[in-house]
Amino acid sequence: MNLLQVKHLSVQLEDRSVVEDLSFELAAGERISVLGPNGAGKTVLLKALLNLLPYRGEIVWASGVRIGYVPQKIDADTHLPLTFTDLFHAKCRTLRITLNQAGDIANTVGLTPQILKTPVGHLSGGQFQRGLIGFSLIGNPNVLLMDEPTASVDEPGEEHIYELINRLQTQHNLASIMVSHDLSFVFRYATKVLCLNRQQVCFGSPTEALSANVLTKLYGESVGFYDHHHHE
Amino acid sequence: MRTLMTPSEIYSTILVLLTALAAGLVGSFTLMKRMSLAGDVVSHIALPGLGLALLFGFNPLAGAGAALFIGTLLIWHLQKSATLTTEVAIGVIFTAALAIGTVLTPSDDLIEALFGGFQSLNAIWFIAGLAAVSLIIGFILAVRHKLILSLFSPELAAATGVNVSRLNLYFLLIFSLTVLLGVRFLGALLVGALIIVPAAIGRQLTHTLTAFLVTSSIASVMSVALGLWISRVYPHFTVGHVTLNLALGPAIIGVATLLFLLSLLRKKI
Repeated sequence: MNLLQVKHLSVQLEDRSVVEDLSFELAAGERISVLGPNGAGKTVLLKALLNLLPYRGEIVWASGVRIGYVPQKIDADTHLPLTFTDLFHAKCRTLRITLNQAGDIANTVGLTPQILKTPVGHLSGGQFQRGLIGFSLIGNPNVLLMDEPTASVDEPGEEHIYELINRLQTQHNLASIMVSHDLSFVFRYATKVLCLNRQQVCFGSPTEALSANVLTKLYGESVGFYDHHHHE
Repeated sequence: MRTLMTPSEIYSTILVLLTALAAGLVGSFTLMKRMSLAGDVVSHIALPGLGLALLFGFNPLAGAGAALFIGTLLIWHLQKSATLTTEVAIGVIFTAALAIGTVLTPSDDLIEALFGGFQSLNAIWFIAGLAAVSLIIGFILAVRHKLILSLFSPELAAATGVNVSRLNLYFLLIFSLTVLLGVRFLGALLVGALIIVPAAIGRQLTHTLTAFLVTSSIASVMSVALGLWISRVYPHFTVGHVTLNLALGPAIIGVATLLFLLSLLRKKI
């Protein structure tokens, strides 16, 4: 059964067409990676799926879908006297669920008591990202929408975050749509890939959809040499 | 120096202290939302309302309330498009309001309209004031979780199901109601400071949310209590040949500023 069905989705921002005529679907447990150059409309796509932007076309979520969202980057004000404990509790209260979840989730994503006491503006990139992933898990989502969840994390940390996401998805059988620049991640974890350069360039399993031709179309000549047959 | 207070003075004293409590809470969220300056200038638009009301002889609070309501809708609309033009527009409109208000306000009442003074209250206004304070504090406590999400990230708040734009409007209306409660005591020019300065003190002294909210409220109530006491005991004082007036508004904001300067000396607890 499809959790999400998108048909002929187009988004215009201030008279500029950012996304044109996308059609794809997300089935239970499936992991879609969204690839594309800067300005290709990847973030806009996620926001449209979250109904944060006006769009044309059809976005149909199955009933019973609960979405967890991990945004690309939040410029947390270093002066905010807020911790992830405050934010987890605020989300629980807003969703009208008990606070019990917050502690377990903090454990799962590796937020130590020390991190939970630290104001969000003082956390490292990796700690902050774990916090955001934890935040997205509150309310027991069955679909995660993630916008470059490792954008503000250094390279060794990046690997940990990907492993964490992979573990969570396997444990909770979460479907996901993730924007990522990291092709090795795409080949390791994604079951489908959606290539986007304002228009839809490809959609399918990574090995089939990501031909050299498609990559050239996405990123230009210089990136055309990724040899995806040597993954594993 | 008078020692006994009439009932109407007692009403006023209680109400202005409760207003301070509300201002501390509202100010904390205003500061976290980075709206301190925009919030401050909103209060200036109360002046033309006060002026027109005094000019035509109807209730000054009704005039200030109407002007603030219009100002709130205006600033809400302007803030939706956060650009440089927005900031310029806010600066221009609200300073212009101050200028127009100064022209409109009868000169006998001008100083009080700008800088406030102690007001006597009858029982009806007292009860109306209590209702307004309850509404402000109740609102902040009821929606604090949504406010926290929206000031951390409007996008995450919206994805969690918060109607961010509506929440902002409600918050601005509550802000304006707080301004309205304080405007006759502190004046259109200074009432914004009662909302901003105590929150700045709270921010300086604390680093957790609860401690911040509590400290801001205490700082606000302390400033008003001390300001009330000072302006009552020393309404005038003489320096050399010059006699200075210590009106209520300047006394309160003077105390608040002093507390803020003291808070700078202290490391965060």
